[in-house]
Amino acid sequence: MTDLMSDPVEAARVARRRRLDANWLLLVPALALLTVVLLVPLVQSFIRSISTPSWGFDNYVKLFTDGVTLTVLGRTATTALVVTIVAFLLGYPYAYFMTRVGDRTRAILLVVVLIPFWTSVMARNFAWLVILQRGGPVQTALSWIGLGDVQLVGSQIGVTIAMSQVLLPFMVLPLFSSLSAIDRRLLLAARGLGSRPIVAFWKVYWPLSRGGVVAGLILVFTLSLGFYVTPALLGSPQQSLIAQLLAQRTTQLLDFAGAGALGMVVLVVTLLLVAWANRVGGTISAIGVVATSGSGGRR
Amino acid sequence: MSTAPARAPEPALETVAIIAGSRGRRRRDRSVDPIPWWLAVIGVAVAIYFILPTLFVIPMSFGGQGSFQFPPKEFTLELYRNFFTNPKWIGSLLNSLLVAVLAASLATVVGTAAALGLHNLAGRVSRLVRTLLMVSMVTPAIVVAVAVYVSFLQWHLVGSIGGYVLAHAAIGVPFVLVSVTSALGGFDPKLLRASASLGASPLRTFMRVTLPLISRGVLTGAVFAFVTSLDEVVIALFLRSPTFQTLPVQMYTAVTVEVDPTIAASSSLVVVTVTLLLLIPLLARPAKR
Repeated sequence: MTDLMSDPVEAARVARRRRLDANWLLLVPALALLTVVLLVPLVQSFIRSISTPSWGFDNYVKLFTDGVTLTVLGRTATTALVVTIVAFLLGYPYAYFMTRVGDRTRAILLVVVLIPFWTSVMARNFAWLVILQRGGPVQTALSWIGLGDVQLVGSQIGVTIAMSQVLLPFMVLPLFSSLSAIDRRLLLAARGLGSRPIVAFWKVYWPLSRGGVVAGLILVFTLSLGFYVTPALLGSPQQSLIAQLLAQRTTQLLDFAGAGALGMVVLVVTLLLVAWANRVGGTISAIGVVATSGSGGRR
Repeated sequence: MSTAPARAPEPALETVAIIAGSRGRRRRDRSVDPIPWWLAVIGVAVAIYFILPTLFVIPMSFGGQGSFQFPPKEFTLELYRNFFTNPKWIGSLLNSLLVAVLAASLATVVGTAAALGLHNLAGRVSRLVRTLLMVSMVTPAIVVAVAVYVSFLQWHLVGSIGGYVLAHAAIGVPFVLVSVTSALGGFDPKLLRASASLGASPLRTFMRVTLPLISRGVLTGAVFAFVTSLDEVVIALFLRSPTFQTLPVQMYTAVTVEVDPTIAASSSLVVVTVTLLLLIPLLARPAKR
């Protein structure tokens, strides 16, 4: 009797375990790819940064005592902050607008975000170079209103304008996914109870949207920290950012250990910020889901 | 904005609106709660900011062989002719396509397998694995590029197709993972048991039952992995060699070194191609929803 009972149970357990093993096996190729392309290079880079020329954290100490690196770090942080603020000021109303319009308009507004999100960063940077160049359309327009001498390309202004445009989807997508989950009837209720619109927004809507806001801010800020192409094309070598410094140390100075240390600092700061944003707003998955969901806010 | 005349809310209507779902609710909102004009102005202005570069690139591509002039003085197909006849441009396009096809295939197979595995697993370890696989999405490209460059130098992968394919596949995996995972969300596991009870092997079940049902997610993921690879420039800048470079790298050189306006033609081609590609998953979704 006990044999008859225990046999199928045992068989089921074995079958379940076998299925479990098969599922883990399915992960092996992806993990192998990740190991070869990301993990091993990053670990090697870290080991190099603490072992060359001698064991210790000299390379890291140098980063924070070397005047040039500190200046570049400061400039990068400032640029990233300005880009993040610009992206937020443009992205929040846009994401909010997306939640308010009809289905068809929303689909168009989403395509407007997704097409640049997916199309060539090179094409867009080239376009900004043409738009902002000396004698280009924007400068001509500025000269009509008496501001002709603003240097846009080769300055932080041009870098900020182009970076904000390139990174804006990373603000809008998590914001949209967070804002579209808010029940607008709460606002109507606040208004019905006699609240002014601005107070209703501040006391009801804003706190509910904070997850998406934090996610968007952190995402744009961290991505700005590692931006390479835009500052290289639209900025000036005298005002280089971390990424350019990193590239220069690697390919021109062949200072692999120093570059590794700088890269590690950028990576750790980025991952800490992303981990924090992930706890607040589910950043990474939000981006992925919205970006691949195609048209419409509804699933 | 003027679809329905403003009227006092009625309880019955409220219920109907909730049952009718978002469409009905929004229509009701509008009457009580109109969109402010300034919001519409900001929305349209930001939309223009989004598409502004694209609007400039296409007219630029019909310009002549001068420099990066806008507006172009003449309208010719000169830049396109140069793109398709100059071995530097057409060669880098073919390299890019080859790398993108191989990288997207690899990312799709590997990412779909991982999504299936993770779908059936639960617990802390599988969450950790999912996060790990997604992490390349937010890791700064330059940090990856620098680390990959030095390691690939040792492994003799710099300048080789294999190097590009591995690197681009790795950054494409998160997109496949996300889209296949969301396709699996609507998948009924009872079908697997039904198939098994009818005597199908796991592989046959996968090919005949699972794959057709998640095919849209797999296709979407493949398109995104393809586009990601086609567009990737930072890692490619480090992996390039005199004999093998991709289109974005050639575009980068055209701006920084050569001042070659052919980049306008190549930008337009990329923008148009990618837009069409992105419409595939969009149009492939069932019309009923």
